[in-house]
Amino acid sequence: MALRLEDIHVRAGTFDLHASLSIEPGARIAVIGASGSGKSTLLDVIAGFRMPERGRLYWAERDITRLAPADRPVSILFQDINLFPHLTIGQNLGLALNPVTGRLRNDDASTIENVLAKVGLAGFAPRRLSEMSGGQQSRAALARVLVQARPVLLLDEPFAALGPALKDEMLDLVTEVARAENLTVLLVSHDPKDALRFAPQTIVVDDGQVFAPQDTRTLLDNPPPGLKAYLGGA
Amino acid sequence: MAARLVAIIAAVTVAGLVIGPVTAVILRAEAFTGFTAADWQALRFTLLQATLSAALSVVFAIPVARALARRRFVGRGALVALLGAPFILPVIVAVLGLLAVFGQSGLLNRVLEPLGLPELQIYGLHGVLLAHVFFNLPLATRLILQGWLAIPAEQFRLAATLGMGRRAIWSAIEAPMLKRIVPGAFAVIFVICLSSFAVALTLGGGPRATTLELAIYQSMRFDFDLARAAVLGLLQLALALTAGLIALRVTSLPVAAKAFDRAVPRWDRTNASARIVDAVWITIAALFLLTPLAMVAVNGLTGITQLGPSVWQAAGHSITVALGSTALCVLWALPLATRWGEWLGLAGIALSPLVLGIGLFLIVRPFANPFELALYVTATVNAFVSLPFVLRILRPETEAIRADYTRLRQAVGLSGWAWLRWVLLPRLKRPLGFAAGLTAALSMGDLGVIALFADPDRATLPLKVYQLMGAYRMEQAAGGALLLLLLSLGLFWLFDRGGWVGTAT
Repeated sequence: MALRLEDIHVRAGTFDLHASLSIEPGARIAVIGASGSGKSTLLDVIAGFRMPERGRLYWAERDITRLAPADRPVSILFQDINLFPHLTIGQNLGLALNPVTGRLRNDDASTIENVLAKVGLAGFAPRRLSEMSGGQQSRAALARVLVQARPVLLLDEPFAALGPALKDEMLDLVTEVARAENLTVLLVSHDPKDALRFAPQTIVVDDGQVFAPQDTRTLLDNPPPGLKAYLGGA
Repeated sequence: MAARLVAIIAAVTVAGLVIGPVTAVILRAEAFTGFTAADWQALRFTLLQATLSAALSVVFAIPVARALARRRFVGRGALVALLGAPFILPVIVAVLGLLAVFGQSGLLNRVLEPLGLPELQIYGLHGVLLAHVFFNLPLATRLILQGWLAIPAEQFRLAATLGMGRRAIWSAIEAPMLKRIVPGAFAVIFVICLSSFAVALTLGGGPRATTLELAIYQSMRFDFDLARAAVLGLLQLALALTAGLIALRVTSLPVAAKAFDRAVPRWDRTNASARIVDAVWITIAALFLLTPLAMVAVNGLTGITQLGPSVWQAAGHSITVALGSTALCVLWALPLATRWGEWLGLAGIALSPLVLGIGLFLIVRPFANPFELALYVTATVNAFVSLPFVLRILRPETEAIRADYTRLRQAVGLSGWAWLRWVLLPRLKRPLGFAAGLTAALSMGDLGVIALFADPDRATLPLKVYQLMGAYRMEQAAGGALLLLLLSLGLFWLFDRGGWVGTAT
């Protein structure tokens, strides 16, 4: 049931990004590297927004390299626009449940209420994004990916706009639901503190190379030269 | 995939509506023997009136726009909004209003008569010019006002710091702006007036004041000379295409209102004589635009209560045609709201409705009686003519929605239908309401292709009003015109307002 990147090559801006690694199911992994190093490109390849020039992507030994984003076992939270702002939270989650018609079926309402309760937003279904605080909006976005119920969750710095305390709160919430649902999570961040808080393992992206997951604490205590330069001796 | 198919179907029907009728017209034109003196006269008159109309509109628009740009006064907002109104004002309504002011027994003659001054005559070239300036002065004013308001405030501040006089400000700041804006405004109005039909039909006529469009109509209605109509149609097409391509290079279509209420701080407006000049221009412009409309309302009040059943029937036809043409136009516009779709839609400007009408007439004739299809043809042609404006309104917003939400759409895996129903349409509601309102009002007031196929049982309201005018039943005509005005504005208001109801972001 592992997520495996086999000799993936993809153009990331002006350089080639290369990745060959395997991620264990249920792992929580931080992806760190300088801006422009290709962190988001890596997530785009896994989510299906970008086709690699070469290489294969497997989930549970099934080749998913060519699948459309919605057909993959993957859900993703972007930096912004994770929900449609003109719809209520309930309608948004309804769309995620039934992306073909967008209409609610019989037990959808209770499914939505359950998920909202899990992220601490019980009773928020009739609200719109504009009626919610930044932290609540993040929780609603998380509810969207939980409704999609995909085994792999990609987080492309979705909490970057939150204050430090709220961000920590969200990371703890993701940890909690990821454990409960046995999700495999990749979190892109430029903050090593996020990695320490959230992810036992970390992937470093540097100079066109995606390195295999390593123990976060060991890595940050003893960073390789490229990462050291980025962290600025932290 | 399905979305792509829909876009292709929309593009093919629009392209077919260009290619089919034009081909039919070209084939039919083969039987033609040669231009007559009257044809050359029509060509000359078309060019002459378009040149003069554009020149007069622009020349008068400059002082009006300058006054609006540098003065704040009560009612300025309303006046600027009024400048947008002629776009959806039915031509026949304006013509009746102008007749009531400038016509033989109009307001102006009643004032001039006791003074012993000669009576004004409205029919002929100057009547056509009067109507064209009435319609296009507001457009030119809006374009030039936009130019004035786009001048960075820093430039006027700098001028004040340097102590520049009026003349220096004019030559350093204002004249260069006008040099950029005026050719475009002239070109747009020239193109609009080239295919003037309803104005020429009502106020022109006779060998000395016949446009090409009117000549097409006459060879069709009076002589039933299809070959001649076809050749004149080709001439009109060539003329409009050439002028349209030139206009496209120098300007862009102004449809939606930009921010006109921005105050440009200036330090050179305290001068008393300049203030008086501005006040005079604003008053003249307001009177020129408002008096005819007020006359339509006043004259129509008695007539509207005495309308016969045939007028109501015509009103019913018009509403049906307007709604049908709005639906068709929106169906075309949604999938074509892209860059190349907008190019395709521009055909709606180049191809005159009468040429299109003749082409459709020729295509339909072997299979059915074209007169029975008059209302369908009218609705189709109206939708086609509105398409470029609608695309101009919808495209920026549609592209912004795609840019913002395509990734989320893919992440959630929305089907084409769910995307349309839950995302695109709800988010597009406001511009869509505005665009639909414009289309409905334009179609409601259109007096063009329907005149070609005129048939007492299938008249639209504008045609009915024209027929009442022709029969000198002026009271009924005035009543019909008021009804038409109310229906046009009402449809626009309903659609535009519909776009605002329950919208949240």
